[in-house]
Amino acid sequence: MNAIGNFTPLRRAKEAFDRYRGMGRRDRLRWWGDFLLNNALYIILLLLVIYVQYYSAVELNARNTFLSFESIVDILKKSAASLFLALGVGGIIVLTGTDLSAGRLMGLAMLVSASLLQKSDLATKMWPGLDPLPIPVVILLVMAIGGIVGAFNGFCVARFSLHPFIVTLATQLMLYGFILIYMTWGNNGGQPIAGLTESYKNIVKGTVNIGSVAVPYYVFYAIIATVIMWFVWNRTTLGKNMYAVGANPEAANVSGVNVAATIILVFTMAGLLYGFSGFVEAARIGSNNATAGMNAELDAIAACVIGGVSFTGGTGKISGIVTGVILLQIITVALQWLGVSTNLQYIIKGVIILVAVAIDMRKYLVRK
Amino acid sequence: MEYLLELDGITKSFPGVKALDGVSLRVRPGTVHSLMGENGAGKSTLMKCLFGINDIDAGTIRLDGREVRFRSPGQALENGVAMVHQELNQVHTRSVMENIWLGRFPKTALGSVDHRAMRRQTQEIFDELELDIDPGAIISTLPISQRQMVEIARAVSYGSRVIVFDEPTSSLTDTEVERLFSIINRLRGEGCGVIYISHKMSEILTISDEVTVMRDGRWVATAPAEELTIDRIIHLMVGREITNVYPPKTNKPGEEILRVEGLSAQHVGLKEATFSARKGEIVGLAGLAGAGRTELLETMFGVATRKSGTITLHGKECRNRTCRAAMRSGFALVTEERRSSGIFGVLDITENTTVSKGRSYLWKGLFLQKGLMRRDTEWAIKALNVRTASQRTRISTLSGGNQQKVIFGRWLLTRPEVLLLDEPTRGIDVGAKYEIYQLIIDLAREGKTVIMASSEMPELLGVCDRIIVMSGGRIAGEVDPASTSQEEIMALAAKYV
Repeated sequence: MNAIGNFTPLRRAKEAFDRYRGMGRRDRLRWWGDFLLNNALYIILLLLVIYVQYYSAVELNARNTFLSFESIVDILKKSAASLFLALGVGGIIVLTGTDLSAGRLMGLAMLVSASLLQKSDLATKMWPGLDPLPIPVVILLVMAIGGIVGAFNGFCVARFSLHPFIVTLATQLMLYGFILIYMTWGNNGGQPIAGLTESYKNIVKGTVNIGSVAVPYYVFYAIIATVIMWFVWNRTTLGKNMYAVGANPEAANVSGVNVAATIILVFTMAGLLYGFSGFVEAARIGSNNATAGMNAELDAIAACVIGGVSFTGGTGKISGIVTGVILLQIITVALQWLGVSTNLQYIIKGVIILVAVAIDMRKYLVRK
Repeated sequence: MEYLLELDGITKSFPGVKALDGVSLRVRPGTVHSLMGENGAGKSTLMKCLFGINDIDAGTIRLDGREVRFRSPGQALENGVAMVHQELNQVHTRSVMENIWLGRFPKTALGSVDHRAMRRQTQEIFDELELDIDPGAIISTLPISQRQMVEIARAVSYGSRVIVFDEPTSSLTDTEVERLFSIINRLRGEGCGVIYISHKMSEILTISDEVTVMRDGRWVATAPAEELTIDRIIHLMVGREITNVYPPKTNKPGEEILRVEGLSAQHVGLKEATFSARKGEIVGLAGLAGAGRTELLETMFGVATRKSGTITLHGKECRNRTCRAAMRSGFALVTEERRSSGIFGVLDITENTTVSKGRSYLWKGLFLQKGLMRRDTEWAIKALNVRTASQRTRISTLSGGNQQKVIFGRWLLTRPEVLLLDEPTRGIDVGAKYEIYQLIIDLAREGKTVIMASSEMPELLGVCDRIIVMSGGRIAGEVDPASTSQEEIMALAAKYV
């Protein structure tokens, strides 16, 4: 037995190295080409980070540079806020689906939880007679709303074999309608819903000091959600069945997996996450209007794709989703540091998503 | 009890077709019951009805004398009916053990999936069946024969009393087939009822106790295997005697026109192939699965990327970087997988026939002239004897043999000089095969050069003028069908394995 033994990652690395040593010049060049292409996204990011760090430290002479502890925590905070949606939509992408209703569903949850947790003495209170509900009740309520809409999406996909794109496009529109109607209810008349209770703001935005940096509670919620989802994806029958249905629904069916139930459950799970995300976002934003959650699903989908959750189905990891969300946030923040205009930021983000998907597809292409 | 499983008067209709019409099948415990019939005879449909994938319109299914009707494959598995499916139904992105335990994962006390138990139990199954496969390997990284063995292991691992094998040996090597047979013999010894579907007659006669033959969705006969011969089975399957399996060879090879020199592929396994072919000659490509036959044809036709080497036709070099370029230089390729890369299933016969000649139907480069397309299609239907209701019939409703004739017609319209055929008779009925052989020989007689890859050795021996044997991506040798033997070809095929 040699020193490396059976430890798989090391053995694989050694095998790869031996293969490389056995190559001719031409194959080595090709190997480097493939390596650069497959890791293009990370290489570009690394260069971007180095450049922005240099720019912030030398050109801007900022006290807290791009890679300072404060700045990194800021990036992680923003990532945590958008992680819930990505964790939800990720499962649907593993099923070869997509969810266009995620953002609006979160928006509805935002408005509902904000309206139920306004200060009692507020003049423009939406439900004047109603005292703020207990926070756990509100959380359960918005998660129930998310779960029900998610289950409806999943039911339509599974029962009528509709493509999730169409189903969720339809629910997205319907949800926007509900949002507009809801805004006019009670005493509100379409005004932004603000003036949230202190306890609500505190349970989301209250902080714990880690060293000298204040970390808000919602970061911990995001961590808990990630751990739960990791467990569901990797250690439960539902997670395993989700991968199976995504990769080959026919195989799942003949193996005795209830394909329809799996699809409905994955959509429901996503809905629960959107609902909870709404509870967090409403307090984070403070003043919630009808644009709540608009287009948020697009960032979530982009993060999943950048993180390697493939649209071809059956592949993807929670760690990939977390990485994707953080990478997308790093790009956004870096562009802000460089003072790139918001208009241009959209274009750059679009290009990055294209590159990420193209690199991802390279892995699945059978080259001839 | 005499019978373990009884299917009685099973009837099943799909829109427009009666797939099964009162079919009966009775399986005794401790026996292997083979189910035979041409493609489209309804064997797989019958098994899908048993397994709960398809509903049945009429008839009864009795298991151990108790009437059952499974609503889903899950119910069938719970009640002791397992199945190895014809197509590899696997979750290719996941591990071997997850595929084996899908739908019934072992759980820990907390209700989560128990990976350790899963790995241990998978290893136990593999040890018992003497398979050397890593339970943690991702399915898609395994060679196809091992994937098929995993499917077999999975079906056996349910401990079911009735096990259906639907063409389990299509990608297995000879040693693996032997292993499968010893597994089946063990199941027989344990009192299981095995239903075995295969097209390989010799296998059927080796392994079966009883044989049931189906034709056109109907039951034709059931007989003990020892009373049957290959000829008798073919007669029952086809419903008439087939006197000649191969048509007389009437083509006369002329001068050498095609030369392939040192052809290697960039991404697929093809190394330094060198050979030549004559006008009006039928050259066969023999070899095991993965020997590089398809790769050679695809590299010649520009489907696969060429790394090095030259192709010369009539002394002129053909670069064939793309399929369009290959067509322009006079090549045509009938692909191996008819359904995925041959036909356009939802389109009609006219569109399927004329697709490769699209531009020539344009009027002043603007509009397609339907009249010309209809005329060409009419010619193809007549010349190739395609049996179809009309030109507007969807190609997917035709039988495999007729679909293949339409594809031949498509290529003949492009007036190729070299026809590359990859498994031209795969999935085609015995009767229709004869017509395809006749067609190939006729084309050669008209002066086309035919290069034909096939896994069926008798077919190569019966049709070709010369056989090139490939092995491990290389050309291993060349034999003369008139004087060679299957043993000689097998020896060459194993040369670079």
